[in-house]
Amino acid sequence: MNARKLDRVTDVAIDVFMWSFKAVIIAVVVVGSVLTLLSGTYTPADWLELVGAGLTQGSIYAMIALGYTMVYGILRMINFAHGEIFMAGSFGGYFALVALASTGMLSQGVAVSLFAIGLAILAAMAVSVLLAVGVERIAYRPLRDAPRLVPLISAIGASLFLQYSFRGFFGSGLYAYPTPDFLKQDAPIPLLSMRWVDVLVVVASLAMMTVLYLFVMRSKLGTSIRAVSEDQGTAALMGIDANRAIVMTFVIGAAMAGAAGVLYGLAFIQVTYFMGVIPGIKAFTAAVLGGIGNVPGALLGGLFLGLIEAIGPTLFLSGFGVPATNQLKDAVAFTMLVLVLVFRPSGILGERVTRSRA
Amino acid sequence: MKLNKVGALAAVSILAFAACSSSGASSAPSAAAPSAEAPSAAPSEGAPVDDPLGTVEIQAGEPVHVAYWGVLSGPDSTLGEDSRQGVEVAIDDLGQFMGHDILLTSEDGLCTPEGGATAATKLAADSTLVGLIGSACSDEAVGGIKAITEAGLTTISPSNTRPALTAPDRDATYAGYLRTAHNDNFQGKVAAEYSYNQLGIRKAATIHDGSAYAEALVGVFEAEFTTLGGEIVASEAIAKGTTDMSTTLKTMSAAGPELIYMPMFVAESGFLVSQIPSTTGLENVKTLGADGHYSPDFLKAAGSDAVGHLQTSPNFSAFTGDYAGFLEKRAAKFGGTPLSAFHAQAYDATNMMFAALAKVAVENADGSLTVPKGALRDAIYATKDFVGLTGTLSCSATGDCGAPVIAVYEVTQADVDALVMPATPIFP
Amino acid sequence: MTAVAIQPTDMPGAGAADTWNLRRVLQISVIAGVVAIYLCLVGIVPVFAERPLIVDVLELGQAALLITFGAASYLAGMDQVKASWLRAVVVGAIVGAITGAFLTGLVLLGEAIDLRSVFLNASPTLYALLTDGIVLTGPIVPIVAGAITGALAAVILGLPSAIRVPLVIGLSSLLFFGLFAGLLRTPMLVTPLRDVARFMFGSEGLTAAGAAIVFVVSVGTTAIVRRTKPRQRVNALPPRQRRLVVGPLGLLVLALVLLFPLAMGPFFAQVIALVAIFVLLGMGLNITLGLAGLLDLGFVAFFAVGAYTVALLTSTAEYGLANWGFWEAVPFAVLFAMLFGLILGLPILRIRGDYLAIATLGFGEIIRILAGSDLMKPILGGPRGILNIPKPLDVPPTHWLSGPVQIYYIALAFAAVVAFIAWRLRSSRLGRSWMAIREDEDVAEGMGVNLVQTKLLAYMLGGAFAGLAGAISAGLVGSIFASSIQLQLSINVAAIVIVGGMGSIPGVVVGALILVGLPELFREFSDYRLLFYGIALMVIMILRPEGLLPSRVTRRELHTSRELADVPDSELVTDEERREASLP
Repeated sequence: MNARKLDRVTDVAIDVFMWSFKAVIIAVVVVGSVLTLLSGTYTPADWLELVGAGLTQGSIYAMIALGYTMVYGILRMINFAHGEIFMAGSFGGYFALVALASTGMLSQGVAVSLFAIGLAILAAMAVSVLLAVGVERIAYRPLRDAPRLVPLISAIGASLFLQYSFRGFFGSGLYAYPTPDFLKQDAPIPLLSMRWVDVLVVVASLAMMTVLYLFVMRSKLGTSIRAVSEDQGTAALMGIDANRAIVMTFVIGAAMAGAAGVLYGLAFIQVTYFMGVIPGIKAFTAAVLGGIGNVPGALLGGLFLGLIEAIGPTLFLSGFGVPATNQLKDAVAFTMLVLVLVFRPSGILGERVTRSRA
Repeated sequence: MKLNKVGALAAVSILAFAACSSSGASSAPSAAAPSAEAPSAAPSEGAPVDDPLGTVEIQAGEPVHVAYWGVLSGPDSTLGEDSRQGVEVAIDDLGQFMGHDILLTSEDGLCTPEGGATAATKLAADSTLVGLIGSACSDEAVGGIKAITEAGLTTISPSNTRPALTAPDRDATYAGYLRTAHNDNFQGKVAAEYSYNQLGIRKAATIHDGSAYAEALVGVFEAEFTTLGGEIVASEAIAKGTTDMSTTLKTMSAAGPELIYMPMFVAESGFLVSQIPSTTGLENVKTLGADGHYSPDFLKAAGSDAVGHLQTSPNFSAFTGDYAGFLEKRAAKFGGTPLSAFHAQAYDATNMMFAALAKVAVENADGSLTVPKGALRDAIYATKDFVGLTGTLSCSATGDCGAPVIAVYEVTQADVDALVMPATPIFP
Repeated sequence: MTAVAIQPTDMPGAGAADTWNLRRVLQISVIAGVVAIYLCLVGIVPVFAERPLIVDVLELGQAALLITFGAASYLAGMDQVKASWLRAVVVGAIVGAITGAFLTGLVLLGEAIDLRSVFLNASPTLYALLTDGIVLTGPIVPIVAGAITGALAAVILGLPSAIRVPLVIGLSSLLFFGLFAGLLRTPMLVTPLRDVARFMFGSEGLTAAGAAIVFVVSVGTTAIVRRTKPRQRVNALPPRQRRLVVGPLGLLVLALVLLFPLAMGPFFAQVIALVAIFVLLGMGLNITLGLAGLLDLGFVAFFAVGAYTVALLTSTAEYGLANWGFWEAVPFAVLFAMLFGLILGLPILRIRGDYLAIATLGFGEIIRILAGSDLMKPILGGPRGILNIPKPLDVPPTHWLSGPVQIYYIALAFAAVVAFIAWRLRSSRLGRSWMAIREDEDVAEGMGVNLVQTKLLAYMLGGAFAGLAGAISAGLVGSIFASSIQLQLSINVAAIVIVGGMGSIPGVVVGALILVGLPELFREFSDYRLLFYGIALMVIMILRPEGLLPSRVTRRELHTSRELADVPDSELVTDEERREASLP
């Protein structure tokens, strides 16, 4: 009897806590934003500049998030090595682009340069796909029926293996992408202050993700992937080769990550063997934000995360006089993540996998 | 049954104490050291060498063992590798020491206090070790210095610049720590004075990356700059691994600084400098960095956006010794140009250590060497007017031996094209 | 769940008895060739070409290639040896030669085009290394070396097991002692054994004499053990007598554990102290993850709370608040970590599965960022950290309990206490509730488990253990910095729990020894040890998905209903018995 009373008391206490938790965060966000805006330190143009930066970063997150979300959708595992697939693509694209640059292709006008970049993206995709398929074959496939967390550890192993293999191959120094100069110029876009390279990143990623979405929704292979995500057993009964669908998922995710690697290199110049770690975690966060297993969710989550990182710290915190707000960028992003999950435990758009397999 | 267990435990504990007393006896200074009547190179008083911190015996035919400790893996590894190369060149130059080969081993400190503690503990347990060069990162020193001091050993760091390590009120556990690197109190001061006096800057912004190194330098700079009469309009910080600096730059541009002081490491400095041009309001701002990104990698990362970037670093042109000769030897052995800014300090630290060693080591009749550890430490502290590559070095009572020669460099287009850091300072 | 069978891939030895099975031979050769090229380009061969295993006889870089040749031939020969020894030797030589041919190809390619502009290690030094044989030189060297090594490996394969097994163990011991000679030598130099140490071990690698001794001793011991079969004999004894043998053996192990740091010096004590700290963390996560099934990737947050609490309460330097002793601060560290578990647990109560993983990861990151931020600098010291945390036992530096040795004993004692608590908890009502919600939250709730309280208790108790680990770690290092709070720590702890075997207490210890202890012993290999850490994680998970030392209960529970139907209870029991039998 006492136990039941205790239960009820704790339940009430927890409800109170949860409400105050939500209320405090929302109050901080709202009051902070109002204070910041009232202080007038930043002009509307400044905010738009931040939006531009957020879109670039967010597009790259979105492209990487796609690989996470699709693999998660079909295998229910967090592919921790995906950040390294992105890194590998960036390296592949780098060497391809340097080789093309040595033939002078990057200095022969915009069209030729863009063509060279396109080739580099293809090379990056090839490298990423090759590695991802290899990792799937060696580290994940033998564990398909193992307890849920086992592939996670294997994936962490694969991630370290790839990272330090690249460290061994290419050293610990950094490589600088030979971004053509015209891409660094400001693009004449009203309101948003963006460089051409930012425009390229946003447009290319949107285009690729749209094509991918149509592919997944319309094509036969895409349908088989969705079928296997939905229910592997039934899909197999319908004559769908699950292995093929799974490998295809890795191929698509890796191709996107490889392309993202090149775009990242063009936009941020530096390529190192450990560059995949942080974008990997961010992209996974983006996938969760959007709702795991959900292609439009990955895009939405990526852009949301990019924008929160760009605008959040300044907007929410600088009004309170918090020192060095941008240092807290990730803390703000993760707080928003927790808040989203508290309100919507399956992400913004909800997940597209059946609960029974969770 | 229960009694059995108690008995067994008692037996075990007795064993434990027996073992500890025996190990205590064996680690005591060996009184049985052969008396040295043979001619000794050092001003020895003959007879068994006694030292409060113990001695190291080096048998005939065995090498004199010194160790380098510092980061050798991960993103910061170039800092440690650069210094170790300096040590290796110095050892090549020395050839032999009193008829013994010189053995260099190295231990990775991972650039963290924990890594430094493990590395130092491992080295401190080595009874053949005479002295150490290191650490590379100040964090490693903070974690590891206690183990080294307590083992009676002495380390000279070529690249720790954190002021606290040689502060007058430093802990007694730092007794075994000296450095040939400059103190950041000095580097930050030079940066502030140069900005205020030479450039005529009155409004400066600062940014650090959350590392103890950058944070300390920013602290010194802000204090000195304000004392001179300038104003710090923005104190920003970013997290390590941040790639998109535009938000931080936007915050700074809103404050309208004339100069950004950015003593960060290569990656973040590269991102920052290359993203300044696309930030409205910062078109004419000057950037001033420190020795943390004095590396060709920074030029790679920033490209032509680095042109005009200012940097404080050791004054290579004021190096009194044969620095050019050193660079040649280094290039012959390892190829390319130095990886970071502290190779010359490492070279000097090594030579300083062996100069002190030559004063205290006792050569015995059978060709073995006895090194009294306490006397060695005292001799290193007593270093005075030692002529090294980086200048004429004298050690203070708290272990500052570095010649305070900091210069300001400006990156030019030619530097960027050649991917070599500028070697001739613009100030002084 | 899934009804899709894994495609049958390589069937080792399928129809091998009467065919040469060239496809498989070729497959192994190609894989080995790729591995050999990988070893060269990733830098293991050139970087460790000067690192002796046996001084003046064999270097590690070359040994890596020889092992690749040998292992490939050994594998390929296994099919053939049943047919004839000679055929196995021929196949071994062929496999070795093809593997070597890959390296020859690398050398020729490298001389034709500049590989170095992409691969840093494709340097003339590497090519010189590969083409510089003992008798002959030139690109043919790898092929010849491969053929000879391969043939030798196959010869060994054909020997009767009474000779083969000791021989293989002898060779493995050479590798083992060659790798660790320097580490073993250092502590021996301060004991009466110093001359033995000088005779057998160089500062890196074995001396030739040492190698001979190690080889002979290990071959001899193995041969004797195989002949006398002590383990089987002990197992054959009646239980009572068996206890008489096993009991003293257990005590001997305990005595060794207690005497270990005194015999092996402070470095090994430091390593084991570190392992013990991770054992504490692992025990904590074993409750949250192993028992209650709540994947917490932000476990470092509790560690941070514990470490910073001790630091703030005890530090005599800047930011210290109270100048307490270490022992007075520890209970508060545990308490605050527990409290933090409550605060963290509440908002994420209703978040499930991998959403929980990312939410907790987020909490960990928030704590990490706050600890190093300018915002919290006035309290926590930011990047400067908090210094001068007193050692738990205040003894002079010359005392035998100074330095890492005391942390070794303290961490070990705590680990033992915590292991006991964890073990009692597991079989308690609470423990069973945790396991129930791990299996199925909804069903557990239906069965009357209070989800809220049970989950919160899992976070709180797991957090308390981790807080304790943080407190001891602060005492070990003597300082705490924001940079010590790393996401990697959370991931390492999760790996320890899963590699050891979810929910298994001995598993945590084994996991920590392998994933924390071993990398510390391989410090000299700097970044390459992380490479091998990654490989080890994959290999262990693939070979033993249930973990290294799974608990019987967990093992049965981790199997889904379908699998459980396939795995009869009797098999589980047999497995368990086999495992027990293999313990000393």
